[in-house]
Amino acid sequence: MLGYSAIRTGYNMVSDPAAATAEEEFHQHVKSVSFSFEGPTGKYDRAQLQRGLQVYHEVCKACHGLTQVAFRDLADLGYAEGQVKTIAAEYNVPSLNPETGEAETRKGTAADKFPSPFANDIAAKAANNGAVPPDLSLMAKARHGGPEYIYSLLTGYQAQPEELVKKFPDSKTGPGLHYNPYFANLNLAMAPPLPVDDVETDRKAKDVSAFLMWAAEPKLENRHKSGIPALIFLILFTWLTYMSYQVIWADKKKH
Amino acid sequence: MSFPWANHYEPQHPFMRYMDEKLPLPRFIYNAIGGGYPVPRNLNYFWNFGVLSGAALMLQIVTGIVLAMHFAGNSALAFDSVEHIMRDVNSGWLMRYAHANGASMFFIVVYVHIFRGLFYASYKPPREVVWLLGIVIFLLMMATAFMGYVLPWGQMSFWGAKVITGLFGAIPVVGEPIQTWLLGGFSPDNAALNRFFSLHYLLPFVILGVVVLHVWALHLPGSSNPTGVPVKSEEDTVPFHPYYTAKDGFGLGVFLIVFAILVFFAPNFLGEPDNYIKANPMSTPANIVPEWYFWPFYAILRAFTFDFFFVPAKLLGVLAMFASILLLLFLPWIDTSPVRSGHYRPLFRKFFWFGLMPCIIVLGYCGGSHATNGVVLVSQLASVYYFAHFLIILPIVSRIERRCRCRTPSPKACLARLRPHNRGLEKNGSHYRFSGRPVLFGHARLLGHPHRLQYGV
Amino acid sequence: MAAVETDATGAVHEDDGVRRRDFINLAATSFAGVGAVAIVLPLVNQMNPSADVLALASIEVDISKIPVGSAIKTEFRKQPLFVRHLNPDEIKAAEDTKADSLRDPQTLEERTKGKKEWLVTMGVCTHLGCVPLGAGAGELKGEFGGYFCPCHGSHYDTAGRIMKGPAPKNLEVPEYAFASDTVIKVG
Repeated sequence: MLGYSAIRTGYNMVSDPAAATAEEEFHQHVKSVSFSFEGPTGKYDRAQLQRGLQVYHEVCKACHGLTQVAFRDLADLGYAEGQVKTIAAEYNVPSLNPETGEAETRKGTAADKFPSPFANDIAAKAANNGAVPPDLSLMAKARHGGPEYIYSLLTGYQAQPEELVKKFPDSKTGPGLHYNPYFANLNLAMAPPLPVDDVETDRKAKDVSAFLMWAAEPKLENRHKSGIPALIFLILFTWLTYMSYQVIWADKKKH
Repeated sequence: MSFPWANHYEPQHPFMRYMDEKLPLPRFIYNAIGGGYPVPRNLNYFWNFGVLSGAALMLQIVTGIVLAMHFAGNSALAFDSVEHIMRDVNSGWLMRYAHANGASMFFIVVYVHIFRGLFYASYKPPREVVWLLGIVIFLLMMATAFMGYVLPWGQMSFWGAKVITGLFGAIPVVGEPIQTWLLGGFSPDNAALNRFFSLHYLLPFVILGVVVLHVWALHLPGSSNPTGVPVKSEEDTVPFHPYYTAKDGFGLGVFLIVFAILVFFAPNFLGEPDNYIKANPMSTPANIVPEWYFWPFYAILRAFTFDFFFVPAKLLGVLAMFASILLLLFLPWIDTSPVRSGHYRPLFRKFFWFGLMPCIIVLGYCGGSHATNGVVLVSQLASVYYFAHFLIILPIVSRIERRCRCRTPSPKACLARLRPHNRGLEKNGSHYRFSGRPVLFGHARLLGHPHRLQYGV
Repeated sequence: MAAVETDATGAVHEDDGVRRRDFINLAATSFAGVGAVAIVLPLVNQMNPSADVLALASIEVDISKIPVGSAIKTEFRKQPLFVRHLNPDEIKAAEDTKADSLRDPQTLEERTKGKKEWLVTMGVCTHLGCVPLGAGAGELKGEFGGYFCPCHGSHYDTAGRIMKGPAPKNLEVPEYAFASDTVIKVG
């Protein structure tokens, strides 16, 4: 049966080779960026994270939530308690009127999480031509390439190559879409969030990518900090157990 | 125990004597993994992986219990509760990464353990029941790992649950009712998640129970060894403690180093990014792949792309996938060679290293790749080899090897026959010696070219 | 010991070998022990309150809308918190009680923060943790006009001090401060 399947598959491959697609030919691998948190002893650059938060605040938050991150977590970025409160108060979080029980919003507190800009997915869709802007809390772990992918996407907007349109006329970027070779199917609904030809764009893209990495993996530094001593301990332990193994077996191995 | 020369437990301290009388747990432990269990002294490092599998199971149980204290088995809350563990729970990130990567480590050591059994033919009588129980453990592990992967309720969790329960839908007539029953609905949702959580918590303890049986069944004939020749006397063995506790301690150290590197420095290396996206029943990920340890089986599943007469391809794939594991249950009777160790089976060994191992690696690669025509074709060919290896090649090899020039039932007897031709081999008391080492304890390299000695090839 | 030293060199070596072996085994075992403790610590610590629970540990309460002579019940660390606006009679009753004669001697002054009319206490009976009555409108206030725990009959006075019944201590006064004249920050 397998042989039968294999022969038919093989026959199909020869008789009906899969047509190349625009995605296969024009999708680009993420750009390589060096970040301070890379490597086994990597740490976040606090100033960069703060700048990244600023970019999120100015550019992203209108459409994208950060709902897994609490304002109190911002203390990690080097903000004092008062500054965290100030930042939190700039966001409106959903709440209930204590007198009437009606839904309303209030100013955020340190204990709140970043609110979603839309009440629900339906509202998000309605406001964005049918595409739901994804939550960014875990974006840096939810895509191959992580923060480098985010950076590549933000700086990757460009005019659709003419040869693409020539070769794959069906893949012409549609209305309301934007060409970006780093996006899985090359065309996405999000308009370039950072101006394409601005000198600041590169830095801002890097900063917000680093910030989103922190948002996705806030315990990275704890992980690195405990990992190094744990590994040193384990190497010593293993060496000792090896010595112990050798001395215990010494008399048996003499023969 | 089965060896007359095994050490006897003799408690010295009055309290231990009292315990021995009332609840002889220390005696039980002494006989199981203490000084009272004689083990062949010539085991190589491949024999470390049984204990390591046990250690990995305990690691999963401990971290799992801890995670269950914070996890919410509800489809509305599960994803967020995992993030709560990662962000807010004290050392929660450590627990979760340890559990997620612990599953991979568990499968790594269990696979090495299984391949050890396959190469050294540990499945042969008198240890066939040990092998059968091992397969049962493996099946339970697969079920547990699958259900555990559903719990974080990410995209891969959801679609994995959908695809795997969809396998049952392939069974004629009763398939779809079974699938609906398994899920408690028509698609994975809260009911499925909650029952998977319940079973994911239960099954590890079932595994633990079968592990006890596995070890129990092992202790009757005692451990095998790389030569495959049964131990004959006290001189062939050492007590488990301290000899093998020391060696296993070293093995555990190496295991933990690899584990720590994964957990602390590459915790998402073996994971799929898509599982950091909350489950969305309305959108399928571009490429649904299971965790790496299921890739070979997934490749076999996908290898069937055409209906065969009246049997639909989907059903064939499901049957083949289960058959690929279940046929291992018959291995003790498929492989009829009287020689156990792959060291002394030249033909068997060639097919093992150049047939079976590459085949499984290729299947694994295919299972993790996007199913293009080329990948499917390669996995079809590899699947053909996989089944042929066990169902055709192995039985034939077992017979051909017996027809070798040396018609003796064991390497030792064969070596004895070859002795006159080999001046380095001499009888010394009860042992055959070669280059001054007891033959029984020699590895292939100590024996020079044992297969040549063995079969006169 | 001198006898050993003058022994044949072989014997001394043997002795060294044993000592070295014991030392290595002991070191390996100790490392295993330290490692086990290092693993157990986070396993134990994970049961402590998580960061989100601790983040709720401080709340702000608007007290401007509490009329004299009444109280509100709010939530602090998932437990009831009583904020009571004492009227002059209640203050007088509390001050007239001699602290020394009480089970848990404390004066009203010690139990408030400068403003005697504001009594902030946990709504948790110090006996076995029930919520005493007396903060809500129309609830029983017990024999001493403060709080009354219905579970086992503990009576608290207008300063939240235990007067009668099985409770061993006065109602706990949490850490708090006046953020302004109308807002207190608890925790």
